[in-house]
Amino acid sequence: MNVAILASVLFAVGLYGVLTRRDLIAVLASVEVMLGGASVMLVGLATTIESAAAPEAGVVEAVGLFIIILAAAEAAVALGIVMAVARRRRTTRVDDLTEVSG
Amino acid sequence: MTALVENAWIVVAVPFAIALLVGVAGPLARRLVPWVTLVAPLCVLAVGVSGLVTEAEHAGAVRWLFGGEYALSFGWAVDGLTSVMLTVVGFVATMVVLFSIGYMHGETGLPRYFGSLALFTGSMALLVVADGLVGLFVGWELVGACSYLLIGFWYQKPSAAAAAVKAFLTTRVGDVGLLLGLALLWRETGELGYGGVFEAVETLAPAVVTTVAVLLFIGAMGKSAQFPLHIWLPDAMEGPTPVSALIHAATMVAAGVFLVARLWPVYEAAPSAQTVILVVGAFTAFASATIACAQRDIKKVLAYSTISQLGFMFAALGVGAWVAAMFHLVTHAAFKALLFLGSGSVIHATGTQDLREMGGLAKPMPITAWTWIVGSLALAGVAPFAGFFSKDEVIHAVVTHNVVAGVALFAASALTAFYITRATRLAFFGKYRGDGHPHEGGWVMSLPLVALAIPAAAAGFAGHKIAEHLGEHGEALNLPVAAASLSVALLGIVVGWTSYRDGAESEAAMESRMGGLWTTLRGAYGFDGFVGAVIVRPVVAISDWLYGFVDRKIVDTTVEGAGKSLPVIGRMLSVLQNGDAQWYAALIGAGAVILVALSLVVKGG
Repeated sequence: MNVAILASVLFAVGLYGVLTRRDLIAVLASVEVMLGGASVMLVGLATTIESAAAPEAGVVEAVGLFIIILAAAEAAVALGIVMAVARRRRTTRVDDLTEVSG
Repeated sequence: MTALVENAWIVVAVPFAIALLVGVAGPLARRLVPWVTLVAPLCVLAVGVSGLVTEAEHAGAVRWLFGGEYALSFGWAVDGLTSVMLTVVGFVATMVVLFSIGYMHGETGLPRYFGSLALFTGSMALLVVADGLVGLFVGWELVGACSYLLIGFWYQKPSAAAAAVKAFLTTRVGDVGLLLGLALLWRETGELGYGGVFEAVETLAPAVVTTVAVLLFIGAMGKSAQFPLHIWLPDAMEGPTPVSALIHAATMVAAGVFLVARLWPVYEAAPSAQTVILVVGAFTAFASATIACAQRDIKKVLAYSTISQLGFMFAALGVGAWVAAMFHLVTHAAFKALLFLGSGSVIHATGTQDLREMGGLAKPMPITAWTWIVGSLALAGVAPFAGFFSKDEVIHAVVTHNVVAGVALFAASALTAFYITRATRLAFFGKYRGDGHPHEGGWVMSLPLVALAIPAAAAGFAGHKIAEHLGEHGEALNLPVAAASLSVALLGIVVGWTSYRDGAESEAAMESRMGGLWTTLRGAYGFDGFVGAVIVRPVVAISDWLYGFVDRKIVDTTVEGAGKSLPVIGRMLSVLQNGDAQWYAALIGAGAVILVALSLVVKGG
């Protein structure tokens, strides 16, 4: 149960950061925190909850590792985009990037 | 020859294929068009004749519409009645196509004309060979559509276009009755094939059978131009004359008679419907004959004459003599088609339809004159021409059943003899009063006249044969009735002949002697105006209101309002999409929270 609380707190902190930070890099970091919360929830619940439908040992941990690798790749792509935006627009503030609007 | 009967579907398929071919490829080979078209009626004629000769009966069907357990098959059936009708339709249509080659020479739009004729032939054949009311109804509507197309052939002429619309709408009134009858029959019995209907009718309540019979008869009234739905037929004379001969004299207008004869077991079970038919038929026969007496347009004379003769047939149906009605249908098809083609020949030669501008045509046009006289004698009912025998059977059946209706038919016979004699003397005798050079129209126009004159003269002797094909015994000639009808016919002829000694002057004298009566008759009792005032004008007014108020104000406002409100709503919603990615993320988060909360609530509830 404690691991679920930890995961929820991580996710909530990350979400707060995504919604409130005004700098793209900080937003990206917050997204990583959210992702961490989600994988903690996955791995933590898989090891603490006992169920007939529980997967074989090691499978969930493998998925958790995949998430970490995926997060690294995602961060690389996202940082590349941020770099491009920063070069072109000379800013990384979210408030200034609102051209795509209705 | 039975092979033809066993493949009776060709009477529909071949004409339809030819109609398509002529309509689409016709402009590429204009000279071939009429001759290719000729195959369509010949095909119908071949099946009809082989049906008569071999007396073979055949039925077949293909699956047409199906859904679930229910399948509606599209079937054809050839029996005696069908063979007789196919022969009549095929023969008259062949002659009309041939005649059209001469009559329509030099017109523009001939592929359209001949294509419509082929389409009509196939549709009429479909109406006849269908083995149930669904097929009959399809054919019924198709002949109506072809009639519309052909009446409006000269659509540049406003009167022709108006006449086409009038014919279409007036028969549509009857068709609504027919459709309601079919729907009621379907609801009560679940059957629309003839065999199934005849079986089911025996178990139905009399009131239902009567309602069905009357509703179907309303359809027949529209198609066969019976009072009060007759008003379209005189106007239909705006079409080319061969079309009038085929559609508005011999075949389509007889479809109503065919319908009642085909469904005779239904009408047999509905005596009060028979009474309705008798009253309508006898009244139409007499009233229309009086109108024909005063018409100046040669085609209008024949049009009212056709309405009157169809009234004779319905009167016979009304007393149960459906065999006599069919017999009269056959002879009438021959002599009335002949008279129409004769009038076409005259119109072609003189360029006018006004009887007062004709006269003396017997000399330059002997073939037309002689064949016309044969047709006139047959129409007037002079022995031994065809009309004498069939009319005798009709009148005999009616007079033994109902004296008043019988007297009406006797009077109508006398008037018939009078008006056709009047037309004959005005057109063919005396001095020519026009300023053209009348002449015969060549062999394509003369051959059909001669070919039709033969059955018009002799078909009366085939009465027993026709009755046998219909599965009944022919009536022997009833001497007192025959003598009586022959004498009223001769009386009519003598009066007509003597009072039109001086051509157009006689007509003027007649008008001054008869005073207002003659103009009333020429105006067909003003019934057209009556219908215009009581039905057409209110309908137009209601339509105007529906268009001006309901459609423009209510419907359009609603529809346009719905359209105009969309951009407004869109502009309001577009505020949400402000381009701020964090705002979107917040909305997504809020949405997720709401969904989770909802799922908890629903689970808990």
